[in-house]
Amino acid sequence: MDAFRLEIVTPDRKVFADDVVFLAVRGVEGDLGIAAHHVPFVTRLDIAPARITFPDGRVKRVAVSGGFLEVRGDGVTILADAAELPEEIDLDRALRAKERAERDLEKARDLEFKKAELALRRALVRLDVGEDRRSS
Amino acid sequence: MAKGLRELRARIRSIKNTQQITKAMELVSASKLRRAQERAESAKPYAEKMREMITNIARGTTDVQHPMLEERPIQKTGYIVITSDRGLAGGYNANLLRAFAQTVKDVPREAMTIVAIGRKGRDYLIKRGYPVQAEITGLSDFPQYTDIQAIAEQTVALFTDGVVDALVLVYNEFKSPLVQRPKIARLLPLVSDEAEGGPAGAADARRPAGSLYEYEPSPEGVLSTLLPRYAETLIYSALLEAKAGEHASRMAAMGAATDAAGEMIEQYTLELNRARQAAITQEISEIVAGANALNA
Repeated sequence: MDAFRLEIVTPDRKVFADDVVFLAVRGVEGDLGIAAHHVPFVTRLDIAPARITFPDGRVKRVAVSGGFLEVRGDGVTILADAAELPEEIDLDRALRAKERAERDLEKARDLEFKKAELALRRALVRLDVGEDRRSS
Repeated sequence: MAKGLRELRARIRSIKNTQQITKAMELVSASKLRRAQERAESAKPYAEKMREMITNIARGTTDVQHPMLEERPIQKTGYIVITSDRGLAGGYNANLLRAFAQTVKDVPREAMTIVAIGRKGRDYLIKRGYPVQAEITGLSDFPQYTDIQAIAEQTVALFTDGVVDALVLVYNEFKSPLVQRPKIARLLPLVSDEAEGGPAGAADARRPAGSLYEYEPSPEGVLSTLLPRYAETLIYSALLEAKAGEHASRMAAMGAATDAAGEMIEQYTLELNRARQAAITQEISEIVAGANALNA
């Protein structure tokens, strides 16, 4: 499989830049698999882990908290609202965020409810991806 | 004798203390400046990538319509004024606020609304009766995107909701550690021409007309989330730049203060030595005169 360049950037920093052979992400309209020579493409991303496959077969997951995906002829860019590699995730903090979001969900309504729900999903994705640290 | 020895000594001691403080502040600012500059650097790729994306969308699809790209008659303008929380930074805040006051001197107060970031600017603007409608103070020296996300969203919403017809960023541009310049640039509607002085045009002609893109859900759908996001990002990068400028400016001001203190110490030490000499000379001549009087 041909490799392509993947960059993941957030407003604060560049999280990831390397050559990869396959990328699996969740867009707002469903899961997507991107390999080299994909047609130019732009979509919004959901809050979900992105799965990256390296040329040597290793797989890495990145917690992506929404944003945009752009596929161009010369590479793929993820503009994430926030993104962390497994080793960067603060599991305790994610756990606290999860508990707080769950509490808020109990009483919140409308916009507050939506916010708490998003916070909960971000926390869950981080917890999920953070688990990879142990296996790798 | 101009001054007593005791006063001179006390004076020198106090200036030495001040000098130590200004020296320490200079060093602290220097290290903060380095970090702030790195932060501003590392935030750049995001804004740049986003601009490329918007440019590509604008170019790949004809007749994209979005309120953020549209000029409408300006009845009310929103200003985002970024200053520091703390002083002792030379002319950092004063220059910016003067430039701002100059720019808006013909704009009636009812036709403007202000979002103030930073305590110095907020205090100044409120005292002079400008309509400050939102503010953030007490930001850290190294703000995170999440720190200003809420206010950036609110500010951009002022435009999309039609409360204001233009948004203008007022901040100190970081040219180099020695040069910061007040910059007043239109943020929204996004301008297509760099020469307009916008922080970044939405459609600069760097890339050749690219291939056609596919969009999910649709070009309009992508653009309608991408554009507000882009505007928020621009506010964030302006803030990072302003912060770097603040540290640079404080470093320079404190450096100058340290030098000035050094000069004063030299000056007073000289005076002190002269005064001491004069006192000794006078004492000797008094003794001699006394002895002569006895002998005579």
